[in-house]
Amino acid sequence: MLELTDYSVNFSAGAALRQANLTIKPGDRLGIVGESGSGKTMLALSLMGMAPDGATLSGALCVDGIDMTQRNEIEWQNIRARRVAMIFQEPMAALNPLRRVGDTVMEPMRVHEGLSHDQAQARALSLFEEVGIPDPAARLRQFPHELSGGQRQRVLIALALACNPALLIADEPTTALDANVAVLITDLLVRLSQERQMALVFITHDIAAVARATQDIVVMYGGDMVEYGPTAEVLKTPHHPYTKGLLDALPDPSRTTHDANGKRRRLPTIPGTVPQLQDLPQGCRFAGRCPVEVPQCAAQKPATQSFAVNRSSACHLNEGAKR
Amino acid sequence: MGYFLIRRTVGFVLTLLAVSVVVFAVMNVLPGDPALTILGLDATEDALDALREQLGLNQPLLTRYFLWIWNAVQGDFGISHSFRVPVSTLIGERLPMTISLAVAGMFFTLIIALTLGIGAAARHRKFGDWGVMLISQLGIAIPAFWLSILLVMLFAVKLRWLPPGGFAGWSDPVAAMRSLILPTISLALVQSAVLARVTRSSALEVMRQDFVRTARASGLSRRRVLWRHVLPNALVPIVTIVGMQFAALVTGTIVIENVFYLPGLGRLIFQSIANRDLPTVQALVMLFAAIVVTANFIVDLLYVVIDPRLKARA
Repeated sequence: MLELTDYSVNFSAGAALRQANLTIKPGDRLGIVGESGSGKTMLALSLMGMAPDGATLSGALCVDGIDMTQRNEIEWQNIRARRVAMIFQEPMAALNPLRRVGDTVMEPMRVHEGLSHDQAQARALSLFEEVGIPDPAARLRQFPHELSGGQRQRVLIALALACNPALLIADEPTTALDANVAVLITDLLVRLSQERQMALVFITHDIAAVARATQDIVVMYGGDMVEYGPTAEVLKTPHHPYTKGLLDALPDPSRTTHDANGKRRRLPTIPGTVPQLQDLPQGCRFAGRCPVEVPQCAAQKPATQSFAVNRSSACHLNEGAKR
Repeated sequence: MGYFLIRRTVGFVLTLLAVSVVVFAVMNVLPGDPALTILGLDATEDALDALREQLGLNQPLLTRYFLWIWNAVQGDFGISHSFRVPVSTLIGERLPMTISLAVAGMFFTLIIALTLGIGAAARHRKFGDWGVMLISQLGIAIPAFWLSILLVMLFAVKLRWLPPGGFAGWSDPVAAMRSLILPTISLALVQSAVLARVTRSSALEVMRQDFVRTARASGLSRRRVLWRHVLPNALVPIVTIVGMQFAALVTGTIVIENVFYLPGLGRLIFQSIANRDLPTVQALVMLFAAIVVTANFIVDLLYVVIDPRLKARA
């Protein structure tokens, strides 16, 4: 239902998203991981037609087979909420503080589908039940500041589901929540995706959450999609040096704290930080931080190599490897 | 909430009392003997004493203060020295003019300022935004009395669309409205210049917040996001300024009513000061102060209506 072909988001400072290719079918659950500044959120906003002012778009972004790249705001307004919906990182700040949450959830139904107040309220009530808000009838009349973080994120999920979208984008939905609440919200998103045959794009830097929630994974770095494949496979046998670095940097409770010589083990890290947009290398974006870099890396963008139907990676070292 | 109301009401009454003390003290410290003003310089000492006795000017200051307050609470502000009628009658005749001017001025200020302010915020750093900023800067720089003279020159003298000033009474509503158009515009334009800027910056502040993105992501139109989500959240600073502006509008009528020869409280206070009409001036200053304090009181109550989070804290 959604397809990206060589889709790029360019700013005068540089490309925030470079030649992304992606296909999302109904019911797919796709994880997108990467550090801050890797282009995850830019990708998510692009899928909503909400790339920031000043961005130039190229390539194709097809929703239901229609290229939306050059479409105007009005046409996007008809897609948002009804075909593609999104929930955000900070449930504390993402709800209008002056409105009862019920009114917030009912608004898109009334605007897009012309429901009466009573029809919208009935649907909001059933959505609140579906997303697991206790005592939903009373909650409808409450203000955001009267709800906990987890409750607010559930309200935002109910808002995103208001017009029954075919794709839900969750941009770091659990980052601001307690660990146990985060697991509950992650499982809720998976259940909703399965029950409604709704595609889910789950954006996070929490590898554990991705492993729990998604079938496929995209690893992003510096605006490039560096690796793609089934979640379990990619996490087990990563092909791209960045993915390897990312996985190595995860703390492993089973590992001893000291090595054989009695020296304290340190958690492996990827040296350096993601460069600013204007400082990103022309070739492979990971050049300069990559442990296995070869001379051509900084100059030439590596092509995306397919290893199987649904497995690919963009690294010069993979070139010439078996398809 | 109940506690909040009681606290604010007590504060409201105390402020008015403090204002009354200041007004009374200033009026009685100022040089000038009311008896002398009334009877003229040729009056005999006996006549002056008799009049002072009649006006109660011989009583101790404190007694006179409490008498004034006691009578004022009952609507009796004494007899005007210059008009020789009860001050309450003078106020009753002229209050509708001043209130009409202030309310109409506020109404147009809100319409102009909110439209321009929200419009400018929506076109941040684009042509429309610059235009509003430029015009509002001009509006802030121009004094109301000068603007009203320019408006009279254009619409009354040159184009002859509207009367240049004066007021024929409320019996002919159309003529009355025509007389009030230019004064209202003069008041509103200057005030809306300030308010448009406040609206713009407050709206820009709100537009950066996450819930605005959520509203957009729900497929709501830009217009709906601006007026239904951004504006209500931008209202607290706007309402604060509106409260101050209402006070400025009421006091601004002093100048405007004199420019346009309108029989309102502003013109009355001007005449009374010129005539050293102590009871009238005292009552009017108190009345203007009361309007300002009331406007601030209403603003305080509005905060709670606007923001449910304040209700919990209040």
